[in-house]
Amino acid sequence: MAKRIATCAALVALAMIFSYVEAILPVHFGVPGVKLGLANLVVVSGLYLLRPGDVFLISLSRILLSALLFGSGLSLLYSLAGGILSYLVMLLLKRRRGFSAVGLSIAGGVAHNIGQIAAAAWAAGSTAVFYYLPVLVVAGVFTGMLMGLLAIRVLRVLAGKNI
Amino acid sequence: MGIKKKDILLACFLLFAACLLFFVLRPVKSGTGGWVRITVDGKLYGTYPLSGKEKIRIGQDSGYNMVYIEDGAAWISEADCPDGYCIRQGKITGKGQVIVCLPHRLVLEVTGEESGDGKKEDLDAVVH
Repeated sequence: MAKRIATCAALVALAMIFSYVEAILPVHFGVPGVKLGLANLVVVSGLYLLRPGDVFLISLSRILLSALLFGSGLSLLYSLAGGILSYLVMLLLKRRRGFSAVGLSIAGGVAHNIGQIAAAAWAAGSTAVFYYLPVLVVAGVFTGMLMGLLAIRVLRVLAGKNI
Repeated sequence: MGIKKKDILLACFLLFAACLLFFVLRPVKSGTGGWVRITVDGKLYGTYPLSGKEKIRIGQDSGYNMVYIEDGAAWISEADCPDGYCIRQGKITGKGQVIVCLPHRLVLEVTGEESGDGKKEDLDAVVH
């Protein structure tokens, strides 16, 4: 139990570092909400290594803590919507046969962006933000693919090790 | 483990869906939207003709945005929102294009009609 808590805590810390790196990276894609999703690497890999409930708590803690530290009030809302939807989609896909971490990550990336834009539409009180949906879906596919490939590498390194 | 066939299929499907969405949601370029509708927190703030020259300061408790309208384009030149995305979204000219400033819950949208309820959509021009 203590080891499980320690592992989760370490992974929350890792995911937060990823969030922080992303927050300070001077990379902007011109469209709000498009980012690499480095923290998703922890969630995708976690789904293969840990219990699903633990991964959910790690993701939730990461979102809450990063929003407190680096975000604004509203950014918490978008991240939560994106994070929860993305987690659920990846968990569902994980239980289906035929998908690797890349497929999971792609679906998660797209789901994250859809969740975020839905929250944004709700916050702005306007459906006009859905104008960005196609761009965000494409962005989700590519960033998701990148993170999925990284997750595969991580999982290969960790294969057989006792986490 | 490596990439599987279904991963690629999923990616292709999503990209295809995005293309479809793109054409469905695409602003109608031919119909030059004549108006910019500004909504704050979901409520109509005002509708301005794109043909005019306008400098609108939208101040709220949460902060302000400076909206410029000139030469058939609208953009946000200045704002004190934390992310500044509304400025980076650049100029909008065509019907359906939007600028969103989420921290201030502000939406600029180019529309074909003044009122925004679609009644004047089919008219070529409106004379006041």
